[in-house]
Amino acid sequence: MNKAFLILADGMTLEGQSVGKKGTTTGELCFNTGLTGYQEIYSDPSYFGQIIVNTNTHIGNYGVFEPENESNKAQINGMVCTAFSTNYSRWKADDSLQNYLEKNEIVAIANIDTRALVKHLRQKGAMNAIISSEILEVEVLKKRLLDIPSMLGMELSSKISTKNPYFYGNENATYKVAVLDLGIKTNILRNFEKRNIFAKVFPAKTAFEEMENFQPDGYFISNGPGDPSSMPYAIATVKKILNTNKALFGICLGHQLLALANDISTYKMPNGHRGLNHPVKNIITNTCEITSQNHGFGISEFDVAKSNGVEITHLNLNDNSIEGIRIKGKRAFSVQYHPESSPGPNDSEYLFDEFLGLLANKNKVVFG
Amino acid sequence: MPRNKKIKTVLIIGSGPIVIGQACEFDYAGSQAARSLREEGIEVVLINSNPATIMTDSTVADHIYLKPLDKKSIIEILEKHTIQAVLPTVGGQTALNLMIDCKKAGIWEKYNVEIIGVDIDAVETTEDREKFRLLMQKLDANVCKGRTATSFLEGKKIAQEIGFPLVLRPSYTLAGTGGGFVHSLEQFNEMLTRALQASPIHEVLVEQSIVGWKEFELELLRDNLGNVIIICSIENFDPMGIHTGDSVTVAPAMTLSDKVYQKMRDLGIKCMNGIGMFAGGCNIQFALNPEDDQIIVIEINPRVSRSSALASKATGYPIAKIAAKLAIGYNLDELKNQITKTTSAYFEPSIDYVIVKIPRWNFDKFKGADTSLGLQMKSVGEVMGIGRTFQEALQKACQSLENRRNGLGADGKELTEQASILKSLEFPSADRFFHIKDAFMMGISPKTIQKLTKIDKWFLSQIQDLAETDKEMQQYSIENIPHELLLNAKQKGYADRQIAHLLRCLESKVFQKRQELNIHRIYKMVDTCAAEFEAKTPYYYSTFHGVSAGETRAEQTQNLKNESIQSDKKKVLILGAGPNRIGQGIEFDYCCVHGVLAAKECGYETIMINCNPETVSTDFDIADKLYFEPVFWEHIYEIIKLEKPEGVIVQLGGQTALKLAEKLNRYGIKIIGTTYEALDLAEDRERFSSLLRDLNIPYPEFGAVRNAEDAVELSKKMDFPLLVRPSYVLGGQKMKIVIDEEELEQHVVEVLADFPDNNILIDRFLDKAIEAEADAICDGENVYIIGIMEHIEPAGIHSGDSNAVLPAFSLSPLLMEQIAVHTKKIALALQTVGLINIQFAIKDNIVYIIEANPRASRTVPFICKAYQKPYINIATKIMLGEKKLKDFDLDKSATSYFVPVGRGYAIKVPVFSFNKFPNVNKELGPEMKSTGEAIYFIESLQDDLFLKIYGERNLYLSR
Repeated sequence: MNKAFLILADGMTLEGQSVGKKGTTTGELCFNTGLTGYQEIYSDPSYFGQIIVNTNTHIGNYGVFEPENESNKAQINGMVCTAFSTNYSRWKADDSLQNYLEKNEIVAIANIDTRALVKHLRQKGAMNAIISSEILEVEVLKKRLLDIPSMLGMELSSKISTKNPYFYGNENATYKVAVLDLGIKTNILRNFEKRNIFAKVFPAKTAFEEMENFQPDGYFISNGPGDPSSMPYAIATVKKILNTNKALFGICLGHQLLALANDISTYKMPNGHRGLNHPVKNIITNTCEITSQNHGFGISEFDVAKSNGVEITHLNLNDNSIEGIRIKGKRAFSVQYHPESSPGPNDSEYLFDEFLGLLANKNKVVFG
Repeated sequence: MPRNKKIKTVLIIGSGPIVIGQACEFDYAGSQAARSLREEGIEVVLINSNPATIMTDSTVADHIYLKPLDKKSIIEILEKHTIQAVLPTVGGQTALNLMIDCKKAGIWEKYNVEIIGVDIDAVETTEDREKFRLLMQKLDANVCKGRTATSFLEGKKIAQEIGFPLVLRPSYTLAGTGGGFVHSLEQFNEMLTRALQASPIHEVLVEQSIVGWKEFELELLRDNLGNVIIICSIENFDPMGIHTGDSVTVAPAMTLSDKVYQKMRDLGIKCMNGIGMFAGGCNIQFALNPEDDQIIVIEINPRVSRSSALASKATGYPIAKIAAKLAIGYNLDELKNQITKTTSAYFEPSIDYVIVKIPRWNFDKFKGADTSLGLQMKSVGEVMGIGRTFQEALQKACQSLENRRNGLGADGKELTEQASILKSLEFPSADRFFHIKDAFMMGISPKTIQKLTKIDKWFLSQIQDLAETDKEMQQYSIENIPHELLLNAKQKGYADRQIAHLLRCLESKVFQKRQELNIHRIYKMVDTCAAEFEAKTPYYYSTFHGVSAGETRAEQTQNLKNESIQSDKKKVLILGAGPNRIGQGIEFDYCCVHGVLAAKECGYETIMINCNPETVSTDFDIADKLYFEPVFWEHIYEIIKLEKPEGVIVQLGGQTALKLAEKLNRYGIKIIGTTYEALDLAEDRERFSSLLRDLNIPYPEFGAVRNAEDAVELSKKMDFPLLVRPSYVLGGQKMKIVIDEEELEQHVVEVLADFPDNNILIDRFLDKAIEAEADAICDGENVYIIGIMEHIEPAGIHSGDSNAVLPAFSLSPLLMEQIAVHTKKIALALQTVGLINIQFAIKDNIVYIIEANPRASRTVPFICKAYQKPYINIATKIMLGEKKLKDFDLDKSATSYFVPVGRGYAIKVPVFSFNKFPNVNKELGPEMKSTGEAIYFIESLQDDLFLKIYGERNLYLSR
């Protein structure tokens, strides 16, 4: 059993067992409370640059299955868990999680009291951390830790976005959607395909005009990592899209950008929401949905309250934070959570149908 | 929608006496629901015939009817009270059935009572196989395919439609004769012919076989708006083919990927919506084909169930409490999470630990019973172990069972014969999981084990790892075991006793070594949310995960690892009764709960230890601090060392708690109330008899022996029949009346096989004597008799199995006086502080003492209910030394024990679960067999039921 260390920016030092790749890694440490779906989490580009603490005890039990990746590789910077299984059981699994992490060069640590760690993070907020299974000198690691930049003000989308545009779905489909890839999860594209939507996925810094050349029926602004306020290029794009009055749907980072494009500011949350059990109320229909969430930034309730153009559609029942908005007089809406789930409940898939509705009724439906 | 203001009074239907398949989980559910409704200012009327329940306490409901669960009682209640709604979903199948009966008779309609928590169509759809199948088809949900065939050709056609493997079930044959599994067409022709021939009406059910598929359960809640949440996913360790009540189960599901889990979740929501849009809870069972992820819906229970009690304890989410609120109109988003008090009740709990539930069987009580596990539930109780990992939880659950094991193996009780191990794996009976470990220890390959058990290989790999850990440890001694290995073993849930066994040393040496290395348990909170939010509920479990050797307790707390913070209040610890089993059931949980409440009233911080998820005592709302831990020495001792209570109450938790008294005493821990010496004296027949002799109280001739030879020798001095039993057991375990030397020798050998090194007591059996028992409270100076019950059946039938009448119905004042005098003398002589129960046999106008138990007995809750007096509360305050008998307003007349119950008598009617064991001898004897009891009030001895029981009093008597 190889030893590894996990050290937090505030000096908390934990010893555990090395899993995944042997090496050293750094990133923002945040916890996810999902009971299933480790592979989907690790391959979600929104987690780019982060070290994930799994609160679920056993990780790796059912191995990995390649088609269930949410992007072409594991995106996390590191992983922390309580009990790591090298043995796995699932008829369709194609590999163990250990091999998956090694192949994807993910440094991870097990045998950590993740509950104590989560309580610590709950009190102090998400912070940077370092994991190492090669350098076992705490002081050296602490020094390395000082070099990691804060997530605040960090622009990451352009680093993980597709380099070249690509198509997804059937080109003879009824609708065309231009997708701005800021770190998109594949299940969003699968949801489009399922609804007879042909998508062209563009790199993060694509100019609006280039996207418009595709002559889409609507636009989609994806999820992704980093601080939304550090992405003026994307905010500018969203503003231009809004001017077209075409249908626009944003998820997670896309939601924050839609807010910023309407002069609503964003802020870094102390711990963010990461899990598969977050309660959200749709205040338009008065019904609730259990949602899959992964975000460390939120949009300002204060600014929304003052705004004339932005209307709240969804609220978080735990902390009353804003989970969804729509723009009055426009055909644009967004949610902070992940209706494409994967991992997580499928309660919110209806939002893709609503987007489809906007696409189908060109220029007819206007919110407000 | 906020609560429906039209509902002012609600009728809750209880589940009646405890039977196999319906235990005290419904007392937990019913009392939660009642409290939940009363919080809203709703008046609660409650009916249940089971007196040993918290739900029938006057503190739980406004009007309580301890009446038979039938239409007549319901009409009587509805005549008396204006009731707007009935909640039938917290009393098991019994309550649902009664609700349906009343519905069919038009009773609800007549009295204008609304059914809440479920709707009638949902109950009917889920009860009727055919309706259920049609609905599932409509919902596009798979069910087990199958049809009946009455000819060879028809059968073949059905087989072709369904495909193999199949199961053939000939109609009207006993125990499945002529049927079986068919894996291929070659086998099919011959087997179908045989099956058709076996059936007297030439009818065979040809059904898709899903034996060996994985089995899962989801617990769902839905409100009036249609918002649905899944509280918990439970995975059965034992695959399809074994009733879920007889399966080891695990939460959360361990081997489901997100995609498959979400498919199951979606299907669950669809099915719940499909059966009807009522607001309430529902349990759905699924089978999953491990080879292609196909999911089949097995059954839906539109009510609170045994599994939902488990799910509540496993997650901290109080399902029954919330379900009751939903039933009166609230929506989930209007309610708060009861654990965090700040976040929403509309959410799905996330847990950062693992729970393992293990059933508790009692086959030894049912001689001749078919002990194989299958489609019918046979266990009598269950335990839950909470650990940070599956292994830790599994071992803790094993330590909770009280079957004289110390964990999963490593205790010298393993099977070591290959043939019997293989047989046990393939044909499951009680405690098969122990034999899986034995198989690994023997070197049987994982593949073979998987083939025979069909258990998921992830679970098997966990047990294999334990076997390897055993072997690794065996290479060391206590002196040279590496510290990391010792810590690792503790993290895998090994008890000190198991480690001592593997290292060939004393348990105390292992404990000592742990002390030296600072390897202490830490305590974590059950908080519904994996620590995401701050929780306010003091509900804890222990773990060694997170423990680093050398870290002191203070450091562990400082580092947020240990979450159980000690107050400086005066504290008292109450030991629970562990799993339900015959002889020790819900009555003791009732006593524990009242003990906790009484101690709270006296200003104590109350600490409860118990491991039975069905109970009220493990509701986090009861004690100030709940440790959901095995009632097993090592766990208890560590909690005592941590909490430093003033003392421990052992009188209320049945034999489980009582038998720990010796060790508590040895370790210098104060026992609250009657001292260990007195408890021991009462159990030690020799010393107790000399006490009786000194007091001039008659007792049957007796002797104590330690082997068969001495027993026969002794019998020569006494007359047969003789009563033979081991000392220190409850419920008459292994108690038997023998009529000659041969039987005597045989039984002594049998007892010694089960209780090696135990004293065996041999009494002269008082044939055809009348049996009676007295319960009393003593404060060391005065004695108050709370009730004297007379058994209807003659002596020889275990008191738990007898019909008994309160107060005595045929004893002369002279005899009653003798009973009272003896009771008082004995209670004082034993220096009892608290409760005492004394059993008497009356023959030829002489009252003999059979035994004295200075603790709460099975009859105390019954007497409390019959007289409507809080005797356990009083006894607890006396035990604690806070009060004396004179401080209470009791009927102190000399003949208070003659006082009738209301206008007449109360009969305690035992209830049996023999229908689960068709081949079992239903004769009654000194060993208890009943699973539960009902209370029945009669006005006079001319009552029909009384006359019937009285007339049949000798009918079932065996030796």
